[in-house]
Amino acid sequence: MKDSVLEIRDLSLHFETQQGHVHALRRIDLDVPRGEIVGVVGESGSGKSTLALAVMRLVSVNARITSGELLFGGGDLLKLSEDDMRAIRGTRISMVFQDPMTSLNPVRTIGQQMLDIQYRDRTSSGADKREKAALALQRVGLPDAASQLDRYPFQFSGGMRQRIAIAMSLLQKPELLIADEITTALDVTLEAQMLHLLRELRTDITGSILFISHNLGAIAEICDRVVVLYAGEVVEAGPVDDIFNRPQHPYTQALIACDPARIETATRELPVISGDVPNLHAIPAACIFSPRCPSVFERCRTERPPNVEVSAAHLARCHLLQDARA
Amino acid sequence: MLVYAIQRIGLSILILITSMVMLFTALRMIPGDPATIMLGSRATAAMRARITEQLGLDDPVLVQLGTFFGRILQGNLGTDMWSQRPVSQMVLENLPYTLVLIGVGLGWAALIGIPLGCYSAIRRNSLIDRLTGVISVGTISIPSFVVAIYMILLFAIILGWLPVIGAGDVGDRGDQALHLIMPGFALGLGWVGYLSRIVRASMLEVMGDNHIRTARAFGLPEFRIIKSYALRIAILPTITLLAVAIGGLLSSAVFVEAIFARPGIGKLIVDAANMRNFPVVQGGVLTTVALFALTMPVADLLVAWLDPRVRATL
Amino acid sequence: MGLMGLILVLIVVFCGIFGPWITPFDPYKINVPDKFQAPSLHHIMGTDNLGRDVFSRVIAGSRIALSVGVSTIAIALVLGLTLGLIAGYGPRWLDNLLLLIFDSIYSFPTVILGLTVVTLLGASVATLMFVVIVIQTPAYARLTRTATLSLKNSEYIEAIESLGASKARIIGVHLLPNVVGPLLIIASMDIPSVVALEAGLTYLGMGIPPPAPSWGRILQEGFGLIRVAPWIVVAGGIPLIITTLGFTFLGESLRDNLDPRLRRVV
Repeated sequence: MKDSVLEIRDLSLHFETQQGHVHALRRIDLDVPRGEIVGVVGESGSGKSTLALAVMRLVSVNARITSGELLFGGGDLLKLSEDDMRAIRGTRISMVFQDPMTSLNPVRTIGQQMLDIQYRDRTSSGADKREKAALALQRVGLPDAASQLDRYPFQFSGGMRQRIAIAMSLLQKPELLIADEITTALDVTLEAQMLHLLRELRTDITGSILFISHNLGAIAEICDRVVVLYAGEVVEAGPVDDIFNRPQHPYTQALIACDPARIETATRELPVISGDVPNLHAIPAACIFSPRCPSVFERCRTERPPNVEVSAAHLARCHLLQDARA
Repeated sequence: MLVYAIQRIGLSILILITSMVMLFTALRMIPGDPATIMLGSRATAAMRARITEQLGLDDPVLVQLGTFFGRILQGNLGTDMWSQRPVSQMVLENLPYTLVLIGVGLGWAALIGIPLGCYSAIRRNSLIDRLTGVISVGTISIPSFVVAIYMILLFAIILGWLPVIGAGDVGDRGDQALHLIMPGFALGLGWVGYLSRIVRASMLEVMGDNHIRTARAFGLPEFRIIKSYALRIAILPTITLLAVAIGGLLSSAVFVEAIFARPGIGKLIVDAANMRNFPVVQGGVLTTVALFALTMPVADLLVAWLDPRVRATL
Repeated sequence: MGLMGLILVLIVVFCGIFGPWITPFDPYKINVPDKFQAPSLHHIMGTDNLGRDVFSRVIAGSRIALSVGVSTIAIALVLGLTLGLIAGYGPRWLDNLLLLIFDSIYSFPTVILGLTVVTLLGASVATLMFVVIVIQTPAYARLTRTATLSLKNSEYIEAIESLGASKARIIGVHLLPNVVGPLLIIASMDIPSVVALEAGLTYLGMGIPPPAPSWGRILQEGFGLIRVAPWIVVAGGIPLIITTLGFTFLGESLRDNLDPRLRRVV
């Protein structure tokens, strides 16, 4: 396998609430190969954002990581002290968030915020840092970059703010960029622009991108690999072509089948996956998708399916596959 | 921004004018001879005659109102019948002392209260947070004059460390500072709690905002996040709430000045009230009301200046 | 915290109600030979310059404090409620006028307003009550007005009106229940400040005239005698602290527990 910039091994996380433990992530395995864009797809509540925050170790105070490793740069992020982790944030791993309207500080100018990010650089002058910031803004397509530095976030539209956020995250040339649903709050045209931008920037950054989204179209467009998340578990992972053309897990198949963009014949009713996302308080020992799976059988309800290697670099967690092989 | 400033100040002036009219009407609505009411029963006939003549108390009401406002605009707050001195002069003599007292009281309250509020917000539910919470409620509710009296008992009478009466010798800064310790402390005590509570509440709200999460995601040091990001935003509602509370501060100042026999507007009003000397009371009251009425727009303008979002909409 | 508040409040209320029966001595009885006695088992809080038992005076004072506090706030509540309803429901100009008057009253620092009125009307119980009512009413009126306005414009009310509900019914059945809750909570939190105001004004000589044993009076007399009989001042302060702390703690925990939504209103 290619050299990975980030390896998530067996990560489990739960939230402690008044109603008990919410097991948001369970035994997640995920690889981000160097230089590739890995998409994480799943519906709301699948744990995508929690996963992103967990990598940055920015989860809320009631979250507990009970097992697993986050292998990055030769070490385990989970074992780092807070200071060491802080040194990595914004420099080696950066994150862009979902909501551009509230993600930027409203009372500081763009320039001030971009200079703040460069605070560790004690050798460059203020002017140099501004130069760097202006260049970054230019790179993401903001016209007249230098004068934009003195404006406040509220003076920009949502799309531009997201570009600014991307520029900010790339300032320090991180090895890994986590994009958490960055196009969800934007309309379709803006989304297309954003994806185009990301593809362009790919040649700039030597690093990798962890692209989180529930939009299959976006994932298909820019990702090299796809990881499918359902209710806190990875159910399938593989190259983008494989996932979209030869999905193996019933959930992935259903997801793709239900994508409105893929419906070829006119129909009155959109296909849905019946049932609801499971309650994460009580995790059954069985396959997490079994209550809603159209191909469910006895074993699914009692035993957690193993990760089956369907082909090179393509894994799916389903009893059906194993039986087929056997 | 200019228009906004004019609007805010204009509104305050309107309120000020209404207050003055109310004051004016109140006096004249009371049954009895205005001169006697204003000066009390100890006034001599000569005094009463003089004030009747000076204020034109025999003139029709609207004329009186006119002269009333006319005089105030000229800075003439009337004459004290007992000492024959212009009230405005008495006010000007005493005002600085009150301002200094308020400054000291609020100053130390802010110095301790704001960081305490920040800390409580960051380390929520810690021992300090809960302790501060309970003590805040306590100090806010206990009347300041009780605090002042107990302090005098402890520090002046029993221990003999600090002086009780007055403001200290003029020109001797050290002596004056000494005389400020107890009054300033008594005045500010309730406000430490109040400030820490509103700072805590504002901070908690801000800290939950998304942009704080972004700042963390960029690895910014916690101290800077608190100072330049969170506090900078949380301070805005704090300023507004403080301005509203200045009225309470002025009230407490009255007590503190009276108890410590400190010169000041408060003491001026209290002494005059005890003697039923209305012209002086009126002068002092008008001054405090004007002070209070102007703090609000000043605070609003300060907030507008600090918050670029508000600045942009003006 | 709330529990402690409740206990303190109950103590004060108990003294207030049963005062005359539990005072060991007659609070008014002058007994000059017994003057300036330090606290002892006989006189728990000592005696003052006229030989009166301080402890009895303190207990009697609770009656004054509570009756003034509760009655004035009750009157201010009713007045504020009415004015607020008028302001909210009435014509726009009336609303603006009332608001202007309320804001003007607000712009007088509490004590200073009190002093002004007392200068004009002389010190008496009636004057004191008048001052408190004037000071408290605007706050309650404002709250009622805000609630009225927001309700008046809500679609819910439009719907009911179109079904023929009369204004009186709307006010009675829909508006009042929403307003009464927050109002009562604010009002109960105001009791300590009213008690403090009464004590303060009396301390300055402007409130309830002697020989009524208002706590402010006890403090005033005690302050003059502070070097000779310091226990008087201590005695005068304690009930004030108990009352203010008690009601505030109680009010705070009540507010915290009752409805988190109220915290925004209150």
